[in-house]
Amino acid sequence: MNAKLETDAHRTSLRPVTALFRRELAIGRRIGGGASFGILFFLSLVVLIPFAIGPDLALLSRIAPAILWIAALLASLLGLDRLFQADQEDGSLDLLRTSRMPLELIILVKCAAHWLLSGLPLVVAAPVFGLMLALPGSQIAPLVFSLLVGTPALTFIGAIGAALTVSLRRGGLLLSILILPLCIPVLIFGVAAAANDPMVGFKTPFLILCGLSLIAFVGAPIAAAAALRQSLD
Amino acid sequence: MRLEAHNLRVERGGRTVFQDLSFTLDSGESLIVMGHNGAGKSTLLRTLAGLVPLTQGQLNVTPSTEMTLAEQLHYVGHADALKPTLTPVENLSFWAAMLQSDRPGLAPRAALDALDIAHLGDLPSSYLSAGQRRRLSLARLLVATRPVWLLDEPTTALDRGSQEVLFNLMRQHVEAGGSIIAATHAPLDLSGKSLTLGTAESAIA
Repeated sequence: MNAKLETDAHRTSLRPVTALFRRELAIGRRIGGGASFGILFFLSLVVLIPFAIGPDLALLSRIAPAILWIAALLASLLGLDRLFQADQEDGSLDLLRTSRMPLELIILVKCAAHWLLSGLPLVVAAPVFGLMLALPGSQIAPLVFSLLVGTPALTFIGAIGAALTVSLRRGGLLLSILILPLCIPVLIFGVAAAANDPMVGFKTPFLILCGLSLIAFVGAPIAAAAALRQSLD
Repeated sequence: MRLEAHNLRVERGGRTVFQDLSFTLDSGESLIVMGHNGAGKSTLLRTLAGLVPLTQGQLNVTPSTEMTLAEQLHYVGHADALKPTLTPVENLSFWAAMLQSDRPGLAPRAALDALDIAHLGDLPSSYLSAGQRRRLSLARLLVATRPVWLLDEPTTALDRGSQEVLFNLMRQHVEAGGSIIAATHAPLDLSGKSLTLGTAESAIA
């Protein structure tokens, strides 16, 4: 009896979470393929930079982790300004606030879906793009792991900016200006882990990067929820 | 369930939208909020839904539960909260799961049928006309059962036949023990208390 009650309570609390997650994925997939846009943008940045630097393969391979991380950072900004704005404009956000799900959890689920559509494809494509930048084979695994752990932090930090600019018409630019400085720590330790420098090693910057991601995971939904409540009066 | 509002006062942008507003609403009652444009009808509904903060006053729900007032009500505002890329059935299934209640509501297709748009169930919602979108957002009232309905100009864009359907749904909801607060400036075919905003002192008639 008790066990049954517990599973019922469990089910009622999980059903809105999965419904929201699936809705976000369905919308993201149907609106102009968000994933492919991010990858194309990533690709064009990666293709452009060797033209700018010139035919110095040693230099290119040395700065490849930094290029890939900057490209991933910029690519993950795409579409972030619509994270809450689309729901705010059509009234969905008002109704979401009358659900029994806390706003913080709603933001967490939306971020997870956004990362799955825009962040994960970058991680998957990174080894191929790394080869295009003459990234040494031994650095491909550190790069992928650093992006895998670091890109969620970028999405979560971006969610704070998206919540702050939710009611602004052209909030995208302001969003970038607001959150790029906040992304600097992630960038520093992400590139350090990806570069796998013999002096620093992989483990230390990688663990710090994990820590930054966890802080963003916990802190960003709270901050974004506070910002949304403020701006939606 | 009984909703009591005492001396509500709401300010937006430094301007008082309404003040000294009091009313009570029991289960099975409806309240029609009237007033000219800008009198604060929508603001009142948004305040009740917890979307606009109260500057002053109290909102009490008895018997008290662990749910907030916002979690016990349906809000149908001017924005229809529909995703154009999802079909009506997908839109409704989502809101059914999101606005879940203790008693299950109608299945999405049955709710669409109740509003005569069952044939549009699998079309992208972007193809719907304004009236059909309105009916789709009203179908949300049926897929999750919640005791209080807040309806902001519910007849907007509806043809005469659909208005009758809506009035029937509203009467059924009230007869089943639910309560309705509707803001309108068109006459609603619904008996109940009325509240006129925008006069010097808002008073219940």
